[in-house]
Amino acid sequence: MSNEHTAGPHSVGRRLIDLVPHIVLIVGVLIFAFPIYVTLIGSTWDAATIGRGSLPMTPGGEAWTNYSQAWSESHGERASYTPVRLMLMNSLIMALSIAVGKIAISILSAYAVAFFRFPLRMVFFWMIFITLMLPVEVRIIPTYKVVADLGMIDSYAGLAIPLIASATATLLFRQFFLTIPDELVEAAKIDGAGPLRFFFDILLPLSKTNIAALFVILFIYGWNQYLWPLLVTNSADMETIVIGITKMIGTGEAANDWNLIMATTVMAMLPPVAVVVFMQRWFIKGLVDSEK
Amino acid sequence: MATVEIKNVRKSYGPVEAIKGIDIAIQDGEFLVLLGPSGCGKSTLLRMVAGLESITGGQVVIGGRVVNDLEPKDRDIAMVFQNYALYPHMSVFDNMAYGLKIRGVDKAEIESRVAKAAEILELGRFLTRRPSQLSGGQRQRVAMGRAIVREPAAFLFDEPLSNLDAKLRTQMRIEIKRLQDRLGITSLYVTHDQVEAMTLADRVLVMNHGVAEQIGTPLEVYQRPASLFVAGFIGSPPMNVLDAVIDPSGQGVMMPGGALLPLARPRPNDANRPVKLGIRPEHLAINEDGLDTSPVLVELVEALGADTVVYGRLPDGEPLLIRMSGLPSCTEGDRLAVAPQPGALHLFDTATGRRLED
Repeated sequence: MSNEHTAGPHSVGRRLIDLVPHIVLIVGVLIFAFPIYVTLIGSTWDAATIGRGSLPMTPGGEAWTNYSQAWSESHGERASYTPVRLMLMNSLIMALSIAVGKIAISILSAYAVAFFRFPLRMVFFWMIFITLMLPVEVRIIPTYKVVADLGMIDSYAGLAIPLIASATATLLFRQFFLTIPDELVEAAKIDGAGPLRFFFDILLPLSKTNIAALFVILFIYGWNQYLWPLLVTNSADMETIVIGITKMIGTGEAANDWNLIMATTVMAMLPPVAVVVFMQRWFIKGLVDSEK
Repeated sequence: MATVEIKNVRKSYGPVEAIKGIDIAIQDGEFLVLLGPSGCGKSTLLRMVAGLESITGGQVVIGGRVVNDLEPKDRDIAMVFQNYALYPHMSVFDNMAYGLKIRGVDKAEIESRVAKAAEILELGRFLTRRPSQLSGGQRQRVAMGRAIVREPAAFLFDEPLSNLDAKLRTQMRIEIKRLQDRLGITSLYVTHDQVEAMTLADRVLVMNHGVAEQIGTPLEVYQRPASLFVAGFIGSPPMNVLDAVIDPSGQGVMMPGGALLPLARPRPNDANRPVKLGIRPEHLAINEDGLDTSPVLVELVEALGADTVVYGRLPDGEPLLIRMSGLPSCTEGDRLAVAPQPGALHLFDTATGRRLED
């Protein structure tokens, strides 16, 4: 398209130059998409076919059997598992709690830090900032001790609450709040909006795009949690899907139900994909509206 | 509608005193303009009236009620900001209605008030639009609509036209003037633009360094500036200020070059007193007779169409601005004999800069 503006339609050299980025992008997409394709294909064949080590590159006929078995049954051909519907539910509850909880807590703390003058304000701000240096893995043992003492092992609260506090989201919201002109705050004051009204009527609607972007990031962050759920859940009923998949891949003592593993993996991918696809539309709408 | 009284109001930021005691009583329905250069404290004073800044000393009284310790929402004022400060996610209607909704005004009343304001401001077609879909002038009208629907005791304007382009500014200035005439609501208007001050104000408060230099009608401020600061700030191009001496008889002022300018009213008590002499560029005329004048060397001629500004230099090297109506009658390098119109001399004390009254 654009080459018609910059060069004549017969300029073959220009066209080649324009083609190169496309080729690079297509190759990149293929490299990333191929494992997913293999997984998809794998989930449509029976265990024996995959087990022979020569997976066909075309779909097989076992899709329904594999998916329904993985979805609701706790036994495969060779081992027993937690049904996917249960694990998906666990993951969904955990990821949603983490995303919603992180956004709720960080938007409120950012509101306090950005708009209110109170003693030790900067001390609190720096305390939040410093926690950036302490990811879950670093504080996992003391956190486990606390959660265990509170009796939250094997509960949704235990899965989600320790991951909710978030310095990153607080900082992002604070930076956004600092761009809101003082006059807007003052206009609201003169209109008679108190701090709570200002927050709900003005700040929250203005933060829509930021919230959408953060929700995508945080949902996937919560969905992909591995180490913490592994520690804090013992019963099979509380397993998240990420834990479930790793447990399905045996340690070598028994053969793997590869067909079920593939089907489970495909189902595990769907919620994050759905969140990205759904929120992206929202996100772009917010950007296009360009009302800041 | 109400009076607004500012009684010896002061503002300090730590040891720095930004407002050093301002006193003014604004009449019901009066349009007061606070005029001054950046950093003179005019916005701070307005924000203290609004309740957006705390008051260090003195009292602000709105409608007979001391409001020092009241929240902005309880002061019965409405404010229009320089950058409009509209709620970007709300429609024009909601922007205007928001303050009323919070106050619990019932729906029908809100709708009728917004409709009325929209009609006055010709915003009827835009009520469902977002601020981002409006032009600067329309946004400023919405901001005024938000103030009007509240039916407050006083309007506070904080440089509302500064973000508009020159043409729109002129147009909005006239609209504000008409609006205030029509609604008759007491208004305080902050600006650094003297044209806005001259055209809008019933009275002007000229501020400098946190002090009221002069309070008066626009014409008083122009014709009888109370200090050198006011003299230099009001009028464009600015007033010429020259070092001069009252002649021994007190009948006239001696220019450094030796020319003697007669005073409208003699000052025998001030004989031989050194003064600052102010002459507005528009009050200088080419003296056809060449009497009692100093020859001015023309250095630059600015033809503005309707009038001409001449940048000249007196024999002793002092610059002198002359504004003449019509097209230029001289060119660079000419020597002009100019003389002030009778009675157009302003005398100021050399030390204090205050006006020497006639």
